[in-house]
Amino acid sequence: METMSATRATALPGPRGPLSEQVMGALRRDPARLTPTRPPGATEEDAALTLWVLHELSYRGFGDVSPEAEWEPSVLALRRHLQRDLEARLRSRWPGHEFSTETFADDLMAFIEADDGPSVASYVHTQATVEQVLELLRWRSIYHLREADPSTWTLPRLTNAPKAALAELQYDEYGSGRPDRLHAHLFAQAMEALGLSTRHGDYLDECPLEVLEMNNVMTLFGLDGRLRGASMGHLAAFEVTSSVPSSRLVQGLTRLGMAPEIIEYYAEHVVADSVHDQIAVRLICAALAADEPDQAEDIFFGAFTCLDQEARFARAILGRWGVAA
Amino acid sequence: MTVATGDSLVCPGGPLLLRGCGTYTDEDGFEYPVDRPVVAVCRCGFSNRLPWCDSTHKRLPPDKRPD
Repeated sequence: METMSATRATALPGPRGPLSEQVMGALRRDPARLTPTRPPGATEEDAALTLWVLHELSYRGFGDVSPEAEWEPSVLALRRHLQRDLEARLRSRWPGHEFSTETFADDLMAFIEADDGPSVASYVHTQATVEQVLELLRWRSIYHLREADPSTWTLPRLTNAPKAALAELQYDEYGSGRPDRLHAHLFAQAMEALGLSTRHGDYLDECPLEVLEMNNVMTLFGLDGRLRGASMGHLAAFEVTSSVPSSRLVQGLTRLGMAPEIIEYYAEHVVADSVHDQIAVRLICAALAADEPDQAEDIFFGAFTCLDQEARFARAILGRWGVAA
Repeated sequence: MTVATGDSLVCPGGPLLLRGCGTYTDEDGFEYPVDRPVVAVCRCGFSNRLPWCDSTHKRLPPDKRPD
């Protein structure tokens, strides 16, 4: 669709403190002169926004930033510093989990299915208003308008069996060769039908820390080949916990009489993710753990982190709506 | 149940995965078009989107889930 703004370059978001202000100023003027340190007084939110901006340079970049910035050493140094900080915080939240290499797939599936975090979908199913759903979609748009992209980074880092399985899953995410069936495109069409902007990042300024961080996590796990296990564990948890909530969203959005495009988007995920979750757990993660046993623990770490990030997201948005999570 | 071509994988407690089918024909002879590279066929019988899996098995007690 020519008019769809999803193809237009993302705009730099508004700053949220001294670090993001300084970094975005340098990116606009001369990325080589960026100071690769974190100034005192930079909050977690300021750092998360800065990392989101620096990660974005490795996707499609920004209209007003030179593409040279992606590989500028001072930019990479700051990005690495912020990534290390994020990874250390994620690892400090991970309590660990016992599993057997013989029953790896079943153990991973059971670990994810046992998740009992707060559910935004259950609230949308029976109680949310149209305004609340639109807010949810604006927050979700930071990921859904580039759905599946972070895991694609992991593809060349894998051995044959998990690589073939991930390629199969991503092929379906990317529309099986049909641009009009690409999941990110289905979401953009739904956004347009709802009168929302389809340009990636347009709603970033209203997104809280939890949204910035959950997106940073996916990009960190994808971009860093060392974290390939965490990336695939995250993907598995995401897929396993998608289909049932998507069913609830279909029912909630139908209850509210919302546009058919957004109902179809979630209906597609009910069926697609009932395939993808099995592929992710049994054909990607179990195969990866068999080929590279030193990645097994990180697969569980990645799965936990996905569930943990989703729970934080749910508490943030339900809290904003005055709902006990 | 017949499959034109492709591989299959039985998922414990979950669906049957079929890869590379042009169509899927169920036990009653109904033929369904297949439009994705891998499909998940319901094995618990409780799906709302038969013949496809909709992950309803995840909400069933362990003894109601397929082996």
